[in-house]
Amino acid sequence: MPDPTPTTAAPTPEATIATQPAAPEQPRYFLRFTLGQRCLHAVLFTTFLVLAATGLMMRFSGSIWAIRFAKLVDGFGTILFFHKFCALVLTLAFIIHVREIVARGIFKRDKSIFWGPTSMVANWKDVKDLFGHMRWFLGLGPKPRFERYAYWEKFDYWAVFWGMVVIGFSGYAMWFAPFFARFLPGWALNAALVIHSEEGLLAILFIFSIHFVNTHLRPDSFPMDMVIFTGRESEEEFKNRRPDEYQRMIAEGKSATRITDAPPLWLLNFSRVVGFTAIVIGLALLVLTLSAYIAG
Amino acid sequence: MKTVSSFGLTRFASVLLLAAPGRPLRADTDCLSCHGDPTLQDTNGKSIGVSADKFHASIHGSLKCSDCHKDIHDYPHPDHPAAVQCETCHADEASAIAGSIHAKASTSVPGATGWKAHPCTGCHGNAHEIVTKTDPNSTVYPLNIPKTCGGCHGDPAMAKKFHLPNVYALYIDSIHGFALGKEGLLVAANCTSCHGSHKILSHTDPQSSTYRTNIPRTCGSCHVGINEQYQQGVHGKAVAAGNASAPVCTDCHTAHGIVEPTSADFRMQSTPICGSCHRDKFSTYRDTFHSQLGLLGGYTETARCWDCHRAHEVLPASDPNSPVNKANLIATCGRCHAGANASFVQYQPHANARNRKLNPALYYIRLFMNLLLTSVLTFFLLHTALWLIRSRFQQAKSKSPGGKNA
Repeated sequence: MPDPTPTTAAPTPEATIATQPAAPEQPRYFLRFTLGQRCLHAVLFTTFLVLAATGLMMRFSGSIWAIRFAKLVDGFGTILFFHKFCALVLTLAFIIHVREIVARGIFKRDKSIFWGPTSMVANWKDVKDLFGHMRWFLGLGPKPRFERYAYWEKFDYWAVFWGMVVIGFSGYAMWFAPFFARFLPGWALNAALVIHSEEGLLAILFIFSIHFVNTHLRPDSFPMDMVIFTGRESEEEFKNRRPDEYQRMIAEGKSATRITDAPPLWLLNFSRVVGFTAIVIGLALLVLTLSAYIAG
Repeated sequence: MKTVSSFGLTRFASVLLLAAPGRPLRADTDCLSCHGDPTLQDTNGKSIGVSADKFHASIHGSLKCSDCHKDIHDYPHPDHPAAVQCETCHADEASAIAGSIHAKASTSVPGATGWKAHPCTGCHGNAHEIVTKTDPNSTVYPLNIPKTCGGCHGDPAMAKKFHLPNVYALYIDSIHGFALGKEGLLVAANCTSCHGSHKILSHTDPQSSTYRTNIPRTCGSCHVGINEQYQQGVHGKAVAAGNASAPVCTDCHTAHGIVEPTSADFRMQSTPICGSCHRDKFSTYRDTFHSQLGLLGGYTETARCWDCHRAHEVLPASDPNSPVNKANLIATCGRCHAGANASFVQYQPHANARNRKLNPALYYIRLFMNLLLTSVLTFFLLHTALWLIRSRFQQAKSKSPGGKNA
C-alpha cells in the first residue's frame, strides 16, 4: 500500500511540535490511512464477507447450515449470484488499487512504494523484526521498533494481493470455462476448483483467526483497532506502536502534514457498528468452517 | 350395533306373520319384501338390505337370488345362510385369486381373517350392486382402483400391522396418481396395471409382474420406447443376462412415489441412487462444482449422472454411441456449456485429486495447496498465540491505564 501523503493539514511550524510534546488533556491525532485507503478496506472486507459466506456454502454444500440457508434464499442461484457480484466489485477495487500503484510507481516515478520505509515490499528490517518480535514473545529481547508497516501487516497485504490474483483467476476460469479453455488445458479447469477452494479456505481461516487477533482482538487493540475505520491515531498510540515511523516523521519534519483532528464521535460510533458486525460475522463463519471440517 | 334394530325387528316379525311356513320362494319380489328394506340387519348387526333398483341395474341383475344363495329355497330360511361361492361362475378368477398373495395372506397372516370371509366383495364392493368394470361407478373402474385398493393399503394401521409399505399416499402424489386422479387419464397406471388384479403375487415370486427382473417388461408394457432404450443400455443388458443387482426402473424411479423425472425433486434426489452402486464415481463427482451446485437446491440444471451418461440407454464410454465417448464429448458438454471446445472437454468430471496415479497434476496441486494452508496457519497460530501470552503478561506487569499499548 503506498504511503498516504495528505496535504490538507494546516502548516504548523515544525519547531512547535518538536519542542512541545502532546498535552495530556488534548491528545494530538495523526492520519494513518487516507479516505481512499479506508474505503478500499471497507470494500475489501464487505465483499470478502459475502464471498466467504457464499463460498463456504458451496464448498461445504452437504452441510446442514449450507442447505438450510440455500433454502432460505431460494436456492443456489441466489448464492452464486451474490458470489459473482461481489467478485466483480472486488475485482474492480483490485484494478483501481493496481492502477494507483502503476500511476504512482511508473508514471510519477514514486520509488517509495517499491522500497524504503513506507513501501509494502519486504526488506531486511522485516526479517530482523520477525525474529526480534519472536525473541520478545519469549522474553529474550526488547520489542522491535516497527516502521510504518510491520512485517505481519506486509504479510496480510501480500496474502490478500496474491490471494486475489489466485482466487480471482481460478474463479474467472471456472465462470468463463469455455473461453479460458481456449488457452488452458482441460485439466486446468479441474485444478481451478481445487486451487480456488483451498486458497479461499486459507484466506477465510487466516483472516477470521490470524488477522482478527493480530490486528483487532489482541489485548493491545481489543476489541478493535479503529484506525482502519477512522484513519486517525492518537500520538501516544502512534509512538508506542511504530516508534521508528514516529521518529522518522519528526526527523523529516513531516508531522505537520500528517496531523489531523480527533475522530468525530459519529465516525467512531459508525465504525464500531460496522467493525463489530464484520468481526461477528467473520467469527461465525470461522465456527461454521471449523465445524464443517470436523463433521467431515 | 350388535342386535337387529327395533325397526328391522318389527318388519321381520310382520313378514313372519304374513308368510305361510314352508312356502317356496317364487321370485325376487318375495326376498325383496323383506330384504328391500335398506336398514335390515342380521343378528350380528350386519346389513342384509338390498336395493332393488341397484340390484336390477347391476351386472347380476338378471339373476335370481337363489342362483347365488343356493341354500335358500323357502321361507323361513336359516339365520345364517352359507357364504356365496362366486367361483361357481367365476372359476378363472377364483383359481387366480387362490394362488395370489391375498389368498396366502388371508391364511398365513394372523388377524387377516376379515378378507377370508369374502374374497370378492372386498374389492368389487356390495355383491348386489356390482357393475361392469367399464362403468364409472364400478369399484374397479380404472379411476376408482386406487381408492379401492387404498381402502386397505392406505390405512396406516393396516400397513403397520402387516408390515406393508403405506403405498397409497405415495401413489396418489406420484405422476401416475396425478395423471389418474387429477387429470382423469384412463391410460395412466393404476394399481392393477403393474400388479395385476386377481393373481397378484409377491414381488419375491419370480412369476410376479413386480419381481425384480420382470419390472422392465411390466413398465415397458406402457413405456415401450423407454424400455427399448433401456434394453440397449448396460443396465438392461445386465438384467437380461441375469444380473439381479443391475438397476431396474424402480431403483431409480421408485415404485409408487414416482415423480416427474425433469422435476426439481427428482433431479435433487436421484444422484445418490446411482451413487449407491457407483460409489467411486459418486465420490469423485461430489468433489466437483457440478455436485456442489447440485446439492444446494434451487439450481437443478447442473449436470447429474444421466445428463451426461443418459438415463436409459447408458453405454460404456468406449461405445461410439455413448454421449461420453471422446468423439461425442463436445456435443455432450456443449448442451450446457455453449462454446465447449476440444480443450474444454478434457475437463475430468470425475477427477480424483487424492489419486496420484490417475491425476498426478491435480494431486500435486492439491498437495501444494494443503501444505501452503497448513504451514501458513501453523506458523501464524503459533506466532499469534505467543504474542497473546506475551501481551497479557506485559499488561499484567505494567498495570498502567495506557496498557492498551503494551
